Amino acid sequence: MLGDEPHLQANECANCGARFFGRRNACAHCGHREFKPVRVSDTGTLRTFSIVYRAAPTIPTPYVSAIVLTDDGTSVRSNLINIEPDPTKITLGMKVKLDTYVVGTDDDGQEAVAFGYAPV
Amino acid sequence: MAQDIWVLGTHMTAFGRYPDQDAVDLAATAALGALDDGGVTISDMDLLACGTLFQANAGMGQQVQKQIGQTGIPVYNVSNACATGATALRTVIMAIRAEEADMGLAIGVEQMGKMGLLAGGARKEKNVYEPSGRYGAVMPIDGILGTDTMPGVFAQAGMEYANDNDGVGFEQFAKVAQKNHAHSTLNPLAQYQKEFSLEEVMGSPMQSYPNTLLMCCPTGDGAAACVLVGEERFATLTREQQSRAVKISASVLTTDPYVESGAMQPDVNTLTRNAAQAAYEQAGVSPEDLSLVELHDCFATAELIHYDNLGLCEPGGAGDFIDRGAPWRDGDTPVNVSGGLISKGHPIGATGVANVYEVATHLRGEAGDRQIEGANVGLAHVIGLGSSCGVHILEKSGIG
Repeated sequence: MLGDEPHLQANECANCGARFFGRRNACAHCGHREFKPVRVSDTGTLRTFSIVYRAAPTIPTPYVSAIVLTDDGTSVRSNLINIEPDPTKITLGMKVKLDTYVVGTDDDGQEAVAFGYAPV
Repeated sequence: MAQDIWVLGTHMTAFGRYPDQDAVDLAATAALGALDDGGVTISDMDLLACGTLFQANAGMGQQVQKQIGQTGIPVYNVSNACATGATALRTVIMAIRAEEADMGLAIGVEQMGKMGLLAGGARKEKNVYEPSGRYGAVMPIDGILGTDTMPGVFAQAGMEYANDNDGVGFEQFAKVAQKNHAHSTLNPLAQYQKEFSLEEVMGSPMQSYPNTLLMCCPTGDGAAACVLVGEERFATLTREQQSRAVKISASVLTTDPYVESGAMQPDVNTLTRNAAQAAYEQAGVSPEDLSLVELHDCFATAELIHYDNLGLCEPGGAGDFIDRGAPWRDGDTPVNVSGGLISKGHPIGATGVANVYEVATHLRGEAGDRQIEGANVGLAHVIGLGSSCGVHILEKSGIG
């Protein structure tokens, strides 16, 4: 969700609390069919990463792919941003925070916004 | 428990690149080889299961019938990512256990050529943004919201293990590839048969840290096949056929149960652990009993975490396991003595059948230069991302 405080929003199972990005017909954990939108914590820790050098044409490399575990226990896949793609500079378990940036502009001048996690 | 099932005949083509043959040729070669090896003909088959991923809608099983014999038996064409071959095997096994067949043929085949990366799409340079797809994205997200590429996804699986356990890093992952390249020099069926030093493995071009080029499996072509028979029909076979047959003492297929992080990072651990536990129980064996293991080393990072998932090492001890040489061919539990996917190759549909071929060949004592002496029980494991896991445990016949 953009606005003054950009943040991630998940659909949380009304029965078991499992969180999903995007829609689910029923909960993959318990099968319950009702969900409620919840705000996901902006801060978390680096659970795992890879520095990707080989990708399809037009994908800028190297970039740092990461799985972040937010402070409220939600896993998020994104890039690590504002950090050198160097394994000696990236520490498993390091604190990170959600940030947004313009990832492209289309032929009509409309900007696309992406999110990533930056070191705290 | 349903009747015992045996591998009566098995064959694989060398893995590599076959510009002058198509997938049907490769599959037919493997199928005829397996029939000959078992001393049976296509007329003995009650069922055919054929696995291929990239030609899943080609009616591959029926195309193979045109090459080796159209006997009118049911054909099941199966596709299950990198677990496709294991799924073909299980299809025949389930039919025999259900007493719909006495004997059947399972084939796995793939022709990939030089496909390169199998996931992760390019972006258009110029366009007008329109939200589309399930998440309303205005452009493909690979490289923006993390990676879809296989070397990267499996790198993250390995680094997650490194996060949770001490003594695991780039060097431990690289040692896995060093071992598998060394093992492949003894296997004439391997796509690559070249040894590399640890320094060469670590110094080869980085694909997705910590996986370098020499720590990634290649794409390629190949096929493998098995003739399977139930115990009633087995009892009618000759002594020679029975003595070379290999017993399937466990056959398991699992999918990934829900875990919190699973939608972000495919969980290749839980379904492997579940499959292994079920297989050990079915077979009545424990990891210490295994003479050899062929496991799914699509990337070096994957092999290391499966030491733990399959119970080959102490919990959390995969780093120490490779550091002390335990999975080398002269170690505690030889792993991927074929060279593994990393060096033997990974024509996707063929892999889950070829692993069973490899284990069976050792149990028969027919593996030539790469024979593990005295092998009497072995395990074959594959994982298809998405995910499915196949585990088969095989035992030497014991019939003299």
